[in-house]
Amino acid sequence: MPEVTMVKALNEALRDSLSEDDRALILGEDVGKLGGVFRVTDGLQAEFGPDRVFDTPLAEAAIAGVSVGLCMAGWHPVSEMQFDGFSYPALDQVISHVAKYRYRSRGRQPMPLVIRIPYSGGYGGAEHHNDSPEAYYAHTAGLKVVTPSTAVDAYHLLREAIADPDPVVFFEPKSRYWSKEDGELADGHDDAAPIGKARILRSGTDCTIVAYGAMVAKALAAAEEAAQDDVDLEVLDLRSLVPLDVEALAGSVRKTGRAIVVHEAPMTAGFGAEIAARIMEDAFDFLEAPVLRVTGYDTPYPPATIESHYLPNAERILAAVDRVVNY
Amino acid sequence: MSQRSIDHSATEDEREGPLRVLPVEGEPEPDLTALGLKDQDLRELYRLMALTRRADLEATALQRQGELAVYPPLIGQEAAQVGSAFALEESDWIFPSYREMGAAVVRGIDLVEYLHFYRATWHGGTYDSNAHRFGMVSVPVGSQILHAVGYAMGAKLDGISLCSLVYFGDGATSEGDFHEGCNFAAVFRSPVVFFCQNNQWAISVPLSAQTVAPIWRKAEAYGFPGVQVDGNDVLAVYRATREAAIRARDEGLPTLIEAVTYRIGPHSTADDATRYRSEEEVARWRSKDPVERYRGWLIRSDRADQEFFDGVEEEAGEFAARMRAGVIASRPRPVEELFEWVYAELPETLRRQRDEALEFARRNGRDGSEAEHA
Repeated sequence: MPEVTMVKALNEALRDSLSEDDRALILGEDVGKLGGVFRVTDGLQAEFGPDRVFDTPLAEAAIAGVSVGLCMAGWHPVSEMQFDGFSYPALDQVISHVAKYRYRSRGRQPMPLVIRIPYSGGYGGAEHHNDSPEAYYAHTAGLKVVTPSTAVDAYHLLREAIADPDPVVFFEPKSRYWSKEDGELADGHDDAAPIGKARILRSGTDCTIVAYGAMVAKALAAAEEAAQDDVDLEVLDLRSLVPLDVEALAGSVRKTGRAIVVHEAPMTAGFGAEIAARIMEDAFDFLEAPVLRVTGYDTPYPPATIESHYLPNAERILAAVDRVVNY
Repeated sequence: MSQRSIDHSATEDEREGPLRVLPVEGEPEPDLTALGLKDQDLRELYRLMALTRRADLEATALQRQGELAVYPPLIGQEAAQVGSAFALEESDWIFPSYREMGAAVVRGIDLVEYLHFYRATWHGGTYDSNAHRFGMVSVPVGSQILHAVGYAMGAKLDGISLCSLVYFGDGATSEGDFHEGCNFAAVFRSPVVFFCQNNQWAISVPLSAQTVAPIWRKAEAYGFPGVQVDGNDVLAVYRATREAAIRARDEGLPTLIEAVTYRIGPHSTADDATRYRSEEEVARWRSKDPVERYRGWLIRSDRADQEFFDGVEEEAGEFAARMRAGVIASRPRPVEELFEWVYAELPETLRRQRDEALEFARRNGRDGSEAEHA
């Protein structure tokens, strides 16, 4: 099998979607000639022309707002917010219009757009380049929120997101952009990663580690270490925060009786709280221990030289595993 | 007749004043052939303004009687709205904010469907935006500007010749979306007409506290024409909009039109305008009533007779009565619609919430039967 990176997978997904759907177009800051600051759109303007792949002025609210108008004109915009920390000016358009348009138009005007946001830290980024704002979007009715943890999933999820009739906020974990993975990026749609379906990446019996994005790799590393101590962890990659695969989540916890949620975003009102509550609602009788959260701390994202103290890692996950297994 | 454009120096502009077409008594007749308006168009403009005036007063009354939750009166802005919307082609798109019932009248939108927004029976109104090329009511100030720009960009990509006209107020020019929209339209040469109804007040904040530079002159910073027009002169508004729409469609050149007008009523029926502005100021603008002013000219210039005005009066009364009856007869939507259209398909987590809401509604005898008459 060939070796692929997530950047390459996303680039292929965009290429295949633009080939398949002649209403799909890409807009954002530096997405044209440069190919994006992470090269996710590399070569696409040359291939599809400046009408289908174009740079915009430096204005995130406008990128989201004109995407609404482009949808009304029958286009399927895939817009890029250059970094998580720069996506906030667009929140008004996303919350007040993108998310509500189908609803308030009584289904007459869908918003088939994708907003790609490179997110999260762990790669030595400067301030405002490391945020994990997924909870803001997941809290907004009308949006779908997805994030891949692997290159192959990134390909399929992005293909699905572009084909989806609803607006999808697509979070790309930057620290996984360049990790290599063996896999095929099959052209076309695939049942491999439908939006709304979680996936068990490692089957286990003692505790479910619920993770998404960059934290999936940390969860898998923790599971490998735990196995040496005969603790058998199951790793559930949510992939889709909205819609949430409650069946997969509850099913896993009913089997293991324990759950730990891991995310890079701060703890308070983070998506982990949602996961913990869902587990209480659907699998309470099966719980052997409280659901714990291993997350970023409730601080601003720290400078890169001390980010390792902030980020969840295998050690912190295993400490939580100790608590629930010995509860 | 004069026109302010970015080619003129500031001093000259100050002397010339906003674009005006309607002559005051004693002034010579304007060149109407240049406007492309026939006598029947001139009468139609009056008819639409009169219908708008009556419907607007009726809507305010409906709110006072508890039939609408809230309503933002447009009285005083009939010429600005009717003149601009009338100047467009049917294929052009209109992106309203929340005070553009006059433009909705021009587009033939059922005002009962429009007023669902203000009866709190459906956000955005229930009319079909795509059929009327008239966007949904948009409340976050200035936010619809970007949709107009995006739509124009999309139409241009398809090689379709049309423009989008977006309405916003003087307050909206302080919003970032206004700036970003103007800049995008200029950079992408998008066919957009930015139509600012400068009605002097953003709720309680007067124009002088809103911005320093004249609104129309801001266009210069983006690199496209800006025009200041007498917003109470329906023919001047028509002319400026028509020229801007042609520039947009033919040259991909946006225009910023500042229509100088006045909000005779409060910001909305929930507002008390006596707290921040004087009776004298309102009276001064009442004397410039755009409907009366146009009616006076139609009479003086012999373009309409009493029979015409009587006919319009009668039609406007029936128009408002139908609207009133329709509003009063409309009922809240059934509880199922709370969950409709949030997504193309109902996600499992939302299906559970829907089941719960329906169960509570059934239990309490509020299972949607009230929508039977809607």
